[in-house]
Amino acid sequence: MLPSAVVSLWVALVILPVVPLVIWSAAFSWRWPDLLPTAWSGRAWRYVFSPTTQVRAGLIGSSTVALLTMMLALAIGTPAGIAVGRMAFRGKRAIELLLLAPFIVPGLIVTMGIQIVFIHLRLADTMQGVVFAHLMPALPYVIISVAGVATNVGVQVEEQARSLGATSWQTFIHITLPLLRPGLAVGGLFAFLVSWSQYTSTLIIGGGKVQTLPLLVYAFTRSGDNPIAAALALLFVAPAVVALALASRTLRVRQSVVGGRL
Amino acid sequence: MSRALVTRYALRVTRQRPTALLLLLPSLAVIALFLIGGVGFAFAQSLGMFALLGDSEVTLRHYGDALRDPDLRAALVVSLRISVVSTLIALILSIGMALLLRKRLRGDGILRLLFQLPLPIPHLVGAVGITLLIAQSGLIARLLHAAGLLEERSRFPLLVGDRFGAGIVIVYVWKEVPFITFLLLAALSAIGEQYEEAARTLGASAWQRFRHVLVPLLFPVMLSASLIVFAFTFGAFEVPYVMGRTYPKALPVWAYEGFNNVDLNQRPEALAVSVLIALLATVIVLAYGSLSRRLLTNGR
Repeated sequence: MLPSAVVSLWVALVILPVVPLVIWSAAFSWRWPDLLPTAWSGRAWRYVFSPTTQVRAGLIGSSTVALLTMMLALAIGTPAGIAVGRMAFRGKRAIELLLLAPFIVPGLIVTMGIQIVFIHLRLADTMQGVVFAHLMPALPYVIISVAGVATNVGVQVEEQARSLGATSWQTFIHITLPLLRPGLAVGGLFAFLVSWSQYTSTLIIGGGKVQTLPLLVYAFTRSGDNPIAAALALLFVAPAVVALALASRTLRVRQSVVGGRL
Repeated sequence: MSRALVTRYALRVTRQRPTALLLLLPSLAVIALFLIGGVGFAFAQSLGMFALLGDSEVTLRHYGDALRDPDLRAALVVSLRISVVSTLIALILSIGMALLLRKRLRGDGILRLLFQLPLPIPHLVGAVGITLLIAQSGLIARLLHAAGLLEERSRFPLLVGDRFGAGIVIVYVWKEVPFITFLLLAALSAIGEQYEEAARTLGASAWQRFRHVLVPLLFPVMLSASLIVFAFTFGAFEVPYVMGRTYPKALPVWAYEGFNNVDLNQRPEALAVSVLIALLATVIVLAYGSLSRRLLTNGR
């Protein structure tokens, strides 16, 4: 009884911050000390879903960048995940640490430092530049996810395929990739979400020219327009929450931990 | 296994080394490029190279300027305080949560799902939501007022925009507890109940089982989780930026504002500070690396 009560109390506290977001998003004005807004309004949500405002541009920007980041991260990270998950080689420990370093080294510093490189490469203020900038934090998720699945799955089937005469490429396409699908799905999902939530790298590399949702959330928060900021914030987290709710049904505990770095 | 099979696998492992490198190359290239390129160029610029304004030089004076700057020292104290407090509170709460969540609970499925809610929510949104909750005109203050417990807004404790950064700590704790708890739960399920059972049959009390059996067994995980959370909160920018007071700033905010300053001469000093932050983070990674290797293989 008591354990349930304590956990329930904690969970109640955890979901509490969502409440003012929901209320504010539908408020016309909500002055102190009212418990609920005296006047409600659909203004914020109309603004958010209107096709003519910046929100539409931000949505498209965020989705495009996140999709591109996800595809790039999968292409680059999957082979690495296979190597890490299955192969033993000298210096593996050091390489594993390097691959995990983006989790620890603050992204802000890396972004500030590399901005000048991007300027010289004409990648600054471009969408491609932002995608590349998102790649570094997204890549480890794909690698960890694929490695986790690759360790347990498929080696024997691959051996059999090879012994039956399949080339390495054929084995990879028809045996390895399908078997690794859960790892690819989870890794790709996290890569998408990492890119979706990026703020500082988009701001610094994109220079304000690449418009994404988190930038808008921040701008409206700073400007004090609580209703729109709240509505945007809710819109912004919706895909992540839904995706992870679906994913956690099929995930083991260890993999859901990885989401903590958003 | 037959001798033929053993030889075949042994050969396979040796032949794998070049293949492994090939598979890893793109990823290593990307990460090395960013890490070394990012921190490298930050370092170069902090030394005065690639100056955007005026002549380039190579000098350590920006580091000197930074370290002598009282604003920097204030920012360092703020960041350290926030990181230490956040990590400690999150760790203690997580240990409690992990011990509770180990067992089957009433309302299990929905509780566990909601427990994970902070995980997919970015820090930015968590900060906005929590600010609307704990500000002096926030929801909690209004609830207290409605209950007759609070007369004026100003009587509600200042949690956002305060000197200490209490609101920032709350956001970090909110976000990190599920993360650390899951790490602990994974470790607990790997350890199993056998040691506690043995201790119990020898007459150990619950506290003794916790203190002398679980804590030593969980120590490596607790330590690495703490290091990760500490390093993250120390270098994280978004939450203090959205919630923080204008003075003293948290260290990453200080660095960012210096970097973005219209006066481009501020940039090298800001980057010097950033390099120092990155250095600290790297030290922590290395400590984590060597610690986990030593602790996990400690002849158990």
